[in-house]
Amino acid sequence: MTAVTATCETCPAYNAAALKKLGVQVEAADYIIALAGNPNTGKSTVFNALTGLRQHVGNWAGKTVSRAEGAFRFNDKKYKVIDLPGTYSLLSTSVDEEIARDFILFGQPSVTVVVVDATRLERNLNLALQILQITDRVVVALNLMDEAERHGIQIDVRHLSRKLGVPVVPMVARKMQGVPELLQAIEQVATGAYVTRPYRIRQYDERLEQAVQTLVEAIHAEYPDLPNARWVALRLLDGDASIEQAIREGRLGDLTRNNEPGVIALEAVS
Amino acid sequence: MSTILDTAKRLRAELGADYHDLLIEAIYTDAAQIADSCVSHDTKKARLTFDKMLDRILTHPIGGFVAMGIMFFIVFWITIVGSNIPSQMLADFLLGAVYNTLHEFAAALSTPAWITGFFIDGVYLATAWVVSVMLPPMAIFFPLFTLLEDFGYLPRVAFNLDRLFAKAGAHGKQSLSMMMGFGCNAAGVVATRIIDSPRERLIAIITNNFSICNGRWPTLILIGTLFIGNTAPPALASLVAALSVVAVAVLGIVMSLIVSWGLSRTWLKGEASVFSLELPPYRPPQVMKTLYTSLIDRTLIVLSRAVVMAAPAGAVIWLTSNIIIGDTSIAGHMVNFLNPVGLLLGLNGVILVAYIVAIPANEIIIPTILMLTLTLGQNIAGAQSGVMLELGDAEVYTVLTQVGGWTLLTGVNLMLFSLLHNPCSTTILTIWNETKSLKWTAVATFLPLAMGIIVTFSVNLLVHIF
Repeated sequence: MTAVTATCETCPAYNAAALKKLGVQVEAADYIIALAGNPNTGKSTVFNALTGLRQHVGNWAGKTVSRAEGAFRFNDKKYKVIDLPGTYSLLSTSVDEEIARDFILFGQPSVTVVVVDATRLERNLNLALQILQITDRVVVALNLMDEAERHGIQIDVRHLSRKLGVPVVPMVARKMQGVPELLQAIEQVATGAYVTRPYRIRQYDERLEQAVQTLVEAIHAEYPDLPNARWVALRLLDGDASIEQAIREGRLGDLTRNNEPGVIALEAVS
Repeated sequence: MSTILDTAKRLRAELGADYHDLLIEAIYTDAAQIADSCVSHDTKKARLTFDKMLDRILTHPIGGFVAMGIMFFIVFWITIVGSNIPSQMLADFLLGAVYNTLHEFAAALSTPAWITGFFIDGVYLATAWVVSVMLPPMAIFFPLFTLLEDFGYLPRVAFNLDRLFAKAGAHGKQSLSMMMGFGCNAAGVVATRIIDSPRERLIAIITNNFSICNGRWPTLILIGTLFIGNTAPPALASLVAALSVVAVAVLGIVMSLIVSWGLSRTWLKGEASVFSLELPPYRPPQVMKTLYTSLIDRTLIVLSRAVVMAAPAGAVIWLTSNIIIGDTSIAGHMVNFLNPVGLLLGLNGVILVAYIVAIPANEIIIPTILMLTLTLGQNIAGAQSGVMLELGDAEVYTVLTQVGGWTLLTGVNLMLFSLLHNPCSTTILTIWNETKSLKWTAVATFLPLAMGIIVTFSVNLLVHIF
């Protein structure tokens, strides 16, 4: 065995070797990873690449409409992965969107990986931006880079990462390209080594902005430490029943970000 | 605590119906700005036109349907032609060699007759039958279907059908859950979660059963081959058989549309909601990987489900045909009781009993029918009661026509009844889980059955009038 130098630790090949796929052994995980994304972006392919499971992968919307779970071990930490249903947004009332939305909010995953189709960046960013309003622990997996290239689309990954304030990992999940880099980004966000500065939506109409401000003040008066008060306000304006119930039962305070990463509140979603 | 909710309620009233538009506009504007600043298009490398050309054909208002028919026809034709020989070989091996060896072995050990009967003639034979009838067509059909799916063709089918569903007052996404139903209705019912309007979701759940599922394909393929294919000259037999299977599948889609239309005008009134369906790019299917996963995951899982169901069913069939009450066996009583109803529907008592036995899994319909026909009919081919025999396709035809008294009408009506009857117990349970409503579960269960009774009865009536 040769000594591992500092440069080795940032090398993707070294990281890939540290990945141990655990399949369905999901108990006693150190971190919870949620996989979100539009339908048909290769979410299930990323899930399979990480966990070694063989979730059926389909080339169409609606293939995965419930949660699938798996696990992997990376650098001595155990990660549980939850593959959420693919959705275009988190704002409507369909069951699949509700599952994804409630898990990201109440399940408090250590990291939410948003799988994004590089050939349809604009449409996919709509969902990514909504997720960035809920949680700041996000990694964007920019998948299908080979297809983007085939179509002559170039993406400035570093600029995108700076804009969104979270790591962006270019990938071709089908060919396992970018998996080591994704693992590294997940680890850094999970441990807090990478401090994210998530993009907040700016272009609100004045009336909406005022309503949100008023409501955020009311929420902060009650829960001063709530990190995603703006999202909660947006959902309350929409009449989200699960958040209203959480307030009535006094559970909203549980969402206060515990500074220790990886502390989970899975019971809230079951 | 309540101050938050009160404030939210007041603000919500102030914003009114504009809220969603304002919010979505804000998000879209931001997303567009970010994407603009990061993405550059290489003008020299213009978008590949292959996808566009293919889409122009496959999603053409008329050409799309023609292409769809041809595509499915080819899939079934390959399945029917390809599974012929392996099916016969499996039957020779499992129902001939292995079955005889088991009997010799039992004889050498001089086990009591009822034990050999129960285990070898009941449990083993039922299981072996299911394997030899189902494995070859599934091993061909599933990989072909999965290849089409991987290629990106299924969303085009959904796209073509979307317009029809909208006209029927249903959600366009219903075409997607319907496509899932062609694999398994329980999965199709779960897939309706992508539909956000509860009204349209219920319609999609109730009509999902009109998609022919894994368990029903083998029945249709076999009966189509024996009864419809045989009416044509030998050279065309497999083509005609494939056409008949496609016709039943298309009839299922038509039924789905008609029932959706009826429900959205009566029980579940309302307008169809608008949605956008994304056509994914065509992707070259990963052939080896697809073959592997569809063989291992799909074929073996469906087969193991069938075997798990077939083993106890075999035991039940053996017992019911060997326990005599009065002058005949339990199975005999049941068949005699249901026979008048069956004949009225152009079917017979045996078929109806088989559909009751097969509520847990449609896969065991054909073995059950054959076994009951043989044991209750006259004893040709040397059948003892409760024994499923080694039969190739030709012998199956002989047994059904000569012992069972089947005609072309019986074959056609069985294919229709296979499309239109209650969902299997797994699907019923899934419908209950998704709706939590006894009423809608009952509707989804009995509506197709009622339709099946009406349709087969009408066909029978028409045949007898003319």
